[in-house]
Amino acid sequence: MWLYAARRLLMTIPIGLGVTVICFALIYLAPGNPVQSLLPPDATAKDIEELKHAYGLDKPIPIQYVIWLGHALTGNLGISIQTNRPVLDEVVRALGNTISISVISVILAFVIAMALGILAATRVGGFLDRFSTSIAVFGISVPSFWLGVILVIIFSVELGWLPATGMGSAGSDHFSWFQWSEAKYAVMPIVALTLTPLGILMRTTRSSIAEVLALDFIQTLRAKGLGRTAIVIHAIRNALPQILAMFGLQLGYLIGGSILVETVFTWPGTGFLLNKAILTRDIPLLQGTILVLAMAFVGINLIVDLLQTAVDPRIKRA
Amino acid sequence: MSDLSITGAGATADPNAREAPPASQVRGYWGNVWQRLRYDYATLFFLALIILIVASAVFAPLIAPFDPNKASMAHRLKPLFFRDNILGTDEQGRDILSRILYGGRTSLLMGIAPVVVATIVGGLFGVVAGYAGGKVNTIIMRGMDVFFAFPSVLLAVAISGSLGGGMINQLITLTVVLTPPLCRVAETATSQIRSMDFVDAARASGASTTSILFNHVLVNAISPVLVYASTLVSASILLASGLSFLGLGVSPPTPDWGLMLSTLRQALYVQPIVCAMPGVAILITSIAFNLVSDGLRQAMDVKA
Repeated sequence: MWLYAARRLLMTIPIGLGVTVICFALIYLAPGNPVQSLLPPDATAKDIEELKHAYGLDKPIPIQYVIWLGHALTGNLGISIQTNRPVLDEVVRALGNTISISVISVILAFVIAMALGILAATRVGGFLDRFSTSIAVFGISVPSFWLGVILVIIFSVELGWLPATGMGSAGSDHFSWFQWSEAKYAVMPIVALTLTPLGILMRTTRSSIAEVLALDFIQTLRAKGLGRTAIVIHAIRNALPQILAMFGLQLGYLIGGSILVETVFTWPGTGFLLNKAILTRDIPLLQGTILVLAMAFVGINLIVDLLQTAVDPRIKRA
Repeated sequence: MSDLSITGAGATADPNAREAPPASQVRGYWGNVWQRLRYDYATLFFLALIILIVASAVFAPLIAPFDPNKASMAHRLKPLFFRDNILGTDEQGRDILSRILYGGRTSLLMGIAPVVVATIVGGLFGVVAGYAGGKVNTIIMRGMDVFFAFPSVLLAVAISGSLGGGMINQLITLTVVLTPPLCRVAETATSQIRSMDFVDAARASGASTTSILFNHVLVNAISPVLVYASTLVSASILLASGLSFLGLGVSPPTPDWGLMLSTLRQALYVQPIVCAMPGVAILITSIAFNLVSDGLRQAMDVKA
């Protein structure tokens, strides 16, 4: 297992480098030349010279990449055009807000999906199966930002129970999860984020448990006289590695893909930061945020893979 | 004597046995798929719904009650069933129903075109990687792995955010996002088929590489690839509407469901129900494509 862990860790390095190449290339995807993308339009000739020198923009592209990578590895992700603050500071401040709602959402989705998935898998074709499957189809088909709009219509416009946007009455600085007057700001973003992973996780749970329930050893357990609950517990333990893998993937998707929901609720996380970067064409901010989020996703995938081998020792992948 | 009587008896008892073998043998693979689909009424219903949605988008100029871009200052943000504006009007007094019908053109284009291109490009790379194996496989698949290091929404936002808005940029973005997963599915299917006995048998009997690829590998790899591609249509529609919602899609005044939701959001407190309508269109289309693709998966007997 340790050998596998070491090998998996090594495999992450080329992928991480590949991610930096794509993030670096984003500057060249933007219309106009990189200097225009990286500096505010009112930049002086001196600023331009300094930037060209700092990033080696007069040198060939591979050398530019190496210089950029060196900056990025030491935590220098450039300066936001709009706020004039270091990009890293902006991203770090926002990242916590995104992680907190993503983690809560994915755990919520996991618990509900497990319950519904197990109910469905043990009653294939029955009413509860149809009911759970319908929820799953709705979850994977619904645009999360539209769901956010619907929640605002119901709970803010019509009922007036929950605040439509923002994070806490005093902004994000004094936000506390333990006071309802503050925590209520997070309720709708969390619900809007939960439904898609709920649908996907519920489908995975249902299919993987139904698959295990069809195996021979279940028949043996039944022949030995085990009760229904005991058999289902056996099935869950066997299906768990597969479900855990999906769980990790969904967490990564939420952290990286919360831009739409955060935009609807103006939740001050990384997604909202990305939206701001797009609206103001702040390429350094866009690039830096995406780099951090993609690296977080790579890290989550790594951890999930390692956890999976720990949970299921049979997995000895090359 | 006894031999004759037995064959004679068999022939009279079952006269059609030789002429018509069991139906499943005659139909072949696609015939079987169609037989299973024919009795899957839920899938057929949603297939009909898709055809209806596509038709209403294609024939939007004929069925739309109003010009989708005709503004009316006097009738801004009217409720449902306001005079002839069945679904109300938007912030410029334009008819919502007409704009949803026209908007279907953009959304369906964004759902289908990138998937088709990605299936061809990704499928090609996947089949080559899976069939060639070795170094070629490593280069192609490790290259694709880098794209899997991004959640799809993030990758789309990264590319689209750098390229800027506009229909062409959105099409490029979606195609780039959808190609790696299709490539992976095609590669898995191809490398499984490549190691099967019948491919060895074909090679041993002197079949050329082209013949093996087209007659043996491609025909077997196509089902999982097609089923997977069909699941991506709804994903592509959702992703496209999300990008439009962020202002990275078609530019106004072109009607687009995601863009409509984004602009109508300002009027949430005035006409909440009307503001939600473009999203209903996205939801129904996306559900229809998802369920048809589920039905296809079952009919083609492809494992998830």
